[in-house]
Amino acid sequence: MAPWAEALILLPLVGAMSAFLWPRRAPVIGLVTMALLVVSVAGLSIQVARLGVYRHLVGGWGAPLGIDLYADGLSLLLLAATAVVGAAVSVYGTGYFRGHDAARFWPLWLFLLAALNALFLSRDIFNIYVTLELLGLAAVALTALGGGSDALVGAMRYLLASLLGSLLYLLGVAVLYHGFGAVDIDVLALRVGPSPAVWAALGLMGAGMCLKTALFPLHFWLPPAHASAPAPVSAALSALVVKASFYVLLRMWMEVFGTLAGSAAVVFGLFGGAAVLWGSLQALRQARLKLLVAYSTVAQIGYLFLAFPLGAASGITGWGAAAYLALSHALAKAAMFLAAGNLLRFGGHDRIADLDRVAQRLPLTTGAFALAGVSIMGLPPSGGFAGKWLLLQAALAQGRWEIAVVVIVGGLLAAAYVFRVLGHAFTQAPVPHEAKPVPLHMEWAALLLACGAVLLGFIAPLVLSVLGIGHPFSMGGAGS
Amino acid sequence: MTMAAGILYALVGAALFGLGLHALIVKTHLFRKILALNVMGSGTFLMLVGAGSGGIRVLPDAVPQAMVITGIVVAVSATALALTLMLRIAEETGHAELPGERSG
Repeated sequence: MAPWAEALILLPLVGAMSAFLWPRRAPVIGLVTMALLVVSVAGLSIQVARLGVYRHLVGGWGAPLGIDLYADGLSLLLLAATAVVGAAVSVYGTGYFRGHDAARFWPLWLFLLAALNALFLSRDIFNIYVTLELLGLAAVALTALGGGSDALVGAMRYLLASLLGSLLYLLGVAVLYHGFGAVDIDVLALRVGPSPAVWAALGLMGAGMCLKTALFPLHFWLPPAHASAPAPVSAALSALVVKASFYVLLRMWMEVFGTLAGSAAVVFGLFGGAAVLWGSLQALRQARLKLLVAYSTVAQIGYLFLAFPLGAASGITGWGAAAYLALSHALAKAAMFLAAGNLLRFGGHDRIADLDRVAQRLPLTTGAFALAGVSIMGLPPSGGFAGKWLLLQAALAQGRWEIAVVVIVGGLLAAAYVFRVLGHAFTQAPVPHEAKPVPLHMEWAALLLACGAVLLGFIAPLVLSVLGIGHPFSMGGAGS
Repeated sequence: MTMAAGILYALVGAALFGLGLHALIVKTHLFRKILALNVMGSGTFLMLVGAGSGGIRVLPDAVPQAMVITGIVVAVSATALALTLMLRIAEETGHAELPGERSG
């Protein structure tokens, strides 16, 4: 058995340190490492498809003291999303960052990838804490890369929120360990039962992860951070980093907390619905493109949490919807931010009202934004549509028409803000601007990601069958 | 007596966490916020190590201690990054406070 999972963690770590030690070779090292990561994910996918869930005991020690690497269908899909978005952002980054900036970007970006891969492969709650912290520190440093006071303040808020979230999570780990004597998720799933320890841990971990995923009303740090970061960094943050904490919450819910926490699901659903409506309305009000896209992220994250109240009764339909929405949002939002970066470079600004005929002058970028918008709106046949369809199916099957209404209204609001941007893209600005050229590979990176988001809708049966590998959605918890 | 030690550590840890959380939210100066996060971290580590101690045991439980050592390393790195950011913000804006919370 080839060590694909181990490679996914070791390669970016080695690459990051090499890029730091040889700064002039940093872009080359970064691209080579990214290519090897894509190969490793492909290899792991084939391995898991053929042999089922992959489990590796690092160092041969095994639970409860050792660290296990574990890849089932859900982990695999998120690793694949990381590889795809990572490849596009890496190609984009070679054009976006030059010289000194590049020497700073590549080591941090590779550390971010290492943290993401390690998080999706973790099987014990303390290792998840370590990877969450590495992820947070790398993300904050990347956010501050631009250097202006907006980016620095946004990064500081992000850091404070991220550290608070991690500490809440760690306190939850402490409670679970002292309650049940284990940190391995499988062992915990066997041992948990209804008790104050579990409810305290659920509250702490839930709060920490909701803060890190920017669920309304804990979303205050996201728009300033994502809007003021450099474009490829914003893409990675909105697409992947917020999904990582959602994955942790989902995993803990599925394996440990699920059957013990009915009322928490109601809370998640309420805040998720509020996030969809609030985020979309705020997006409509924005004057700057990157802020609009950032608020769109706040709204789309709300959809993910609507799956919780539909939870156990809907099985793979409801949870599959959340996973599908997470995947297509990752591709579509990354494409949107990359397109916004192109527009920013082109005109020197990102004011929506002053988008001077970019549809004619940057057709690839406008096309990328439009296609990404198709998935965000949930129009068929995109990935976003598949996710929303599954969510509506699950909601209506249980008679939860209020969730269905929120999903539909959210789609309409998304259409409003996407078309607002596209409308301005076709018209001439009051004061025409001098344009800076945008390298072709940056435009193609955005466009190909957007195409991927739409193509995701065509392969729904494949994705849903991969999701079932290892039965992550047959709820554990409450002993066996 | 020995059982109460564990409970005492857990309570003190929780109290530290709460105090730190209050300061993080209420205080406006960035350095105080960073200190508050460190106090919260210490409270968490105390809960991890202390809550299980007490009782007649030949060997102390090594797993929480390993977790705390890792946590301390993480806290040091995070504090370093936070302090650097704070210094850069003070350089750029002249105040070591977040714009929305600046008093006076």
